[in-house]
Amino acid sequence: MIDELLYFLELFFGGLTRGSIYALIALGYTLVYGIIELINFAHGEIYMIGAFTALIVAGVLGIYGFPAVAILVIASLAAVIWAAAYGFTVEKVAYKPLRGASRLSPLISAIGMSIFLQNYVILAQTSDFVPFPQLLPDLPFLEHIGYIMGPSDFIILVTSTLTMVSLTLFIRYSRMGKAMRATAQNRTMALLLGIDANKVISLTFIIGSGLAAIGGVLIASHMGQVNFAIGFLAGLKAFTAAVLGGIGSVPGAMVGGIVLGLCESFTTGYFSGDYEDVLAFGMLVLILIFRPDGILGKAKVQKV
Amino acid sequence: MIKPLRLLALCAALLLSATPAMSEDTIKIGVPGAHSGDLASYGVPSLRAAQLVVDDYNARGGILGKKLEIIAQDDQCKPELATNAATRLISDHVSVVMGHICSGATVASLPLYTNAKIISMSPSATTPQLTQSGEYPYFFRTIAHDFDQARLAAGFIANRLQAKSIAMIHDNGDYGRGYVEAVRDNLGDKANIVLFEAVNPDAVDFSTVVRKLRRAKADVLVFGGYHPTASKLIQQMRRERVTIPMVGPDGLKDPALIKMAGKDAEGIYTSQPQDTSDLPAYKHARQLHLDKYNAEPGAFYYNAFAATQALINAMEKAGTSTDTQKIMDALHKEYIDTPVGRIRFNERGEAVGVGLAMYQVKNGEFVELEDRIMLD
Repeated sequence: MIDELLYFLELFFGGLTRGSIYALIALGYTLVYGIIELINFAHGEIYMIGAFTALIVAGVLGIYGFPAVAILVIASLAAVIWAAAYGFTVEKVAYKPLRGASRLSPLISAIGMSIFLQNYVILAQTSDFVPFPQLLPDLPFLEHIGYIMGPSDFIILVTSTLTMVSLTLFIRYSRMGKAMRATAQNRTMALLLGIDANKVISLTFIIGSGLAAIGGVLIASHMGQVNFAIGFLAGLKAFTAAVLGGIGSVPGAMVGGIVLGLCESFTTGYFSGDYEDVLAFGMLVLILIFRPDGILGKAKVQKV
Repeated sequence: MIKPLRLLALCAALLLSATPAMSEDTIKIGVPGAHSGDLASYGVPSLRAAQLVVDDYNARGGILGKKLEIIAQDDQCKPELATNAATRLISDHVSVVMGHICSGATVASLPLYTNAKIISMSPSATTPQLTQSGEYPYFFRTIAHDFDQARLAAGFIANRLQAKSIAMIHDNGDYGRGYVEAVRDNLGDKANIVLFEAVNPDAVDFSTVVRKLRRAKADVLVFGGYHPTASKLIQQMRRERVTIPMVGPDGLKDPALIKMAGKDAEGIYTSQPQDTSDLPAYKHARQLHLDKYNAEPGAFYYNAFAATQALINAMEKAGTSTDTQKIMDALHKEYIDTPVGRIRFNERGEAVGVGLAMYQVKNGEFVELEDRIMLD
């Protein structure tokens, strides 16, 4: 009985960890969609570039003998800044020129950008898997709770929770956050009130990319390796999470990510790993059919 | 003025490239495989091996009074290109074929060779069905197939490791799933399978599967798949204090596994053809490559070297380059010393005399163990 309970808790925290990573990436999709109604398919690649940046910075710092925690912090910061720069540039290059075009054009442009970035990393770095240094510290005190939560689970959960809380506070209370919400609600009205929409859109891409980079660094050091293709499935799952929670809604992306992570974990834990992806994408189909606006999304009233 | 000149040059180039194929006084050996594309590293060493063996024979005057000639065809390991390559080789009237490289490409091309009654010998295609199904009587290979590895691993687990409860995880691919299922079948009732599970190689983490594995309380984990997935899995296992040993197929035996997983890779078991680097034929083959390319040979080089030698030897002993039945009889009967051992072929086309051995990662290197089987 107690074994069953412990196993349940293990699966629960495992799912929570995975879900919080999905949520971090899903926020990028949802923020961008909320402002300019674009599915940024290059978002998974930004996550991958974040991981690669951290790898390079960590490698350099490792040569100079920095302690692991310092490397983790500096490498993560570098990854966030670098990935944010990529997100900013991608928007300027691939989406801004198409802002007046039909909705299909930026979507195709996004897919093109995704393929471009993957191949760019193949050329500039490598197409092989690269080992990622063990940056997350081993936390011996977790042994006392019987490893219902591994050390990387713990760090990932704490980091992502802190990140998401700060993002919520930022959007709710800061000036720029208010401008973002206003633009999301009604861009024309926001423009009339003197909000610089270009600035808001750029900021959205920067924040989304930074969040993805944090997810990238966490998962890369959790898994111990990266390659150019890691962004694809992670991006797809996060996109599913965003739709699940209601695309465009910030709390929706967080809830969607956690729900997806928990479902996957319990499916694998109690049934079979064969069905993990079947469930994830099956849920996407069901949600799209029965609740197209997601768990927390608001049904959009057709504007006349 | 420029245009006719260009046309002329083009014609000349076409003629030049066509001439070797048109000469009838050579014995042609088709060498199809991945010579370009992302799997070229699997195919190019075989092409080099074939060329070196042929040069070696030609330097001694060829066989049956004729010189040997290589007809290379690039299939990029893609089945749809492999059938084109096979069609061209058949229309070029090759005597025998040394290829294809990848299992998928081999499967696609075999019906064509079978219809044309042309012998083909792969240095690297390990899918069991190619020989076990009996559908392709003209197919041979100089590499052990996946079930042989499973047979070796099953014996090793039951006898050497004395394991009673076994966990199995695979990557849901043909290769990985096929391997673990074959290990399971070979173990029979000698062990208890407590977990049979799949992972998606691209998933963001494996912690759920690792927890399931810990709960299953297995003695050994049998993993079917390639080294990137294995290194991720073993790292997560060790982080979560799951200390049982891992046994896997030759997809794990890559230096990258040790580079990726570092100290966590210590103790992993895998199987591969036994070390034959002491054989004179091996040293000779290696030296030829070093002399010509100034580098160590790549993947399947020695298997391809052996295959080319066996094919040429069979034609020489049979005294014909056109009578398929006689060449096949020679392949079945005549032993030849090759870099992979002293081999001939059994009725199914498997190389008799090739040995498989278990390896273990020790101090950052793959070390060959005593446990091995010979193919027969």
